[in-house]
Amino acid sequence: MHAILSIARRELGGYFATPVAFVFIVIFLVLQGTLTFSLGGFFERDQADLLPFFQFLPWVFVLLVPAITMRLWAEERRLGTIELLLTLPLTQAQAVIGKFLAAWAFTVIALALTFPFVITVNLLGHPDNGMIAAGYIGAVLVAGAFLAVGAAVSALTKSQVIAFVIGVALCFLFAASAFPVVTDFLSHNLPVLATIARKVSIVDRFQSFVRGLITLRDVIYFASFILFWLVTNTVILEHRKAD
Amino acid sequence: MSALIEIRGLTKRFGAFTAVDHISFSVARGEVLGFLGPNGAGKSTTMKMLAGFMTPTSGSARIAGHDVQGDAVAARRELGFLPEGAPVYPDMTVIGFLRFTARVRGFHGGEAHDRVEQALSLATLEGVRHLPVETLSKGFKRRVGLAQALLHDPPVLVLDEPTDGLDPNQKYEVRTLISRMAPDKAIIISTHILEEVEAMCSRAIIIAAGRVVADGVPDELARRHPSGKLEEMFRAITQKPAEAA
Repeated sequence: MHAILSIARRELGGYFATPVAFVFIVIFLVLQGTLTFSLGGFFERDQADLLPFFQFLPWVFVLLVPAITMRLWAEERRLGTIELLLTLPLTQAQAVIGKFLAAWAFTVIALALTFPFVITVNLLGHPDNGMIAAGYIGAVLVAGAFLAVGAAVSALTKSQVIAFVIGVALCFLFAASAFPVVTDFLSHNLPVLATIARKVSIVDRFQSFVRGLITLRDVIYFASFILFWLVTNTVILEHRKAD
Repeated sequence: MSALIEIRGLTKRFGAFTAVDHISFSVARGEVLGFLGPNGAGKSTTMKMLAGFMTPTSGSARIAGHDVQGDAVAARRELGFLPEGAPVYPDMTVIGFLRFTARVRGFHGGEAHDRVEQALSLATLEGVRHLPVETLSKGFKRRVGLAQALLHDPPVLVLDEPTDGLDPNQKYEVRTLISRMAPDKAIIISTHILEEVEAMCSRAIIIAAGRVVADGVPDELARRHPSGKLEEMFRAITQKPAEAA
């Protein structure tokens, strides 16, 4: 456990050692603010809730989460420090979990900094704060899912740009897989895949959190999704670490 | 006494190219092994496999009795490894980096502090402890890598070109340090500097094209060539890989 936490601590410190953390947080808050208040019609709706805020959140994550994970392994590979890290007395799974936890903690910090939205909506009306809390829990899980995908992709390459682009593409795929465009196309051509696509859609699952509904099924879905990608990350590392 | 480092039939192929071809040797406590060979002979590949970073195509390696693949974490606890090029996280300070490796190795509180201080002093890094690694010169970076390898006082040291990029004074210090630690440890050093081998190694192995072509006491290896110089001997056997193989 001390190995996992040491890795996580170093990695989290790494985000704040460079301007990456501040750039990310500022862009995230500006994007969320703009989307919520303008496109989301926060004031025009005249409803005391954060639906417009949560509506755009997964899409902002699709774009920004791979920017957090792209460096995790690609940078270690480029600098050669991967050789140092993986010859310390820890298992590869511990290194994978440590890095993932650091990235997750970082997104939780970014999400926590959206607290002015919660304050605003509470000042303007009487929102259902339980529903908002459920939305935030869902947001943390969505971030975790995308982070796990992005981290695994980062282990494939020493180029952060490639890690970012593939990460965005994969996250988009999992976010949009229940969209009518996708499912209609699949049910015409590959009906089996259409059912699967609807089941793995992250945005669909997230919607029930936003409506205030936390079900065991959804939590298990996110947990196994994250676990699957962490295992994939470990396997990729095992096979490609010395390349 | 059983050997602290045991390498048996270690082989690494990259496609059709064989980088390391059935290398076997062992190193006992008290031995300092100079690992020599031209660039591309397979020195770093062998060291990467010994450290458990690269998976061998076949063969095995043991550190203090632990298989580096099957019992990797236990093997790495007994190992201090300086990888090729001495990679260190550039955004960390020297002390921050050493504290990180101390924590990963399970040292806490006062003990972690003492270990870090000792490593700083062994590698003469006290003056730069709070500087970020990226601002340091090549020689200092190498010493940070060395400090990291010595921090837990391991019985086995595998150092890939520990004196590369150091000035003559620093080279002298590192040689003295290695000679001082030698009685209690099994040490493998790869280097291109042959005087260094004669100065501090109790044994030398020369590899060429992935195979061991000479193994012995440096003085004795040097006498194998009419000139009596290790350098001439090295040139003579590594420039004829076809014959050696």
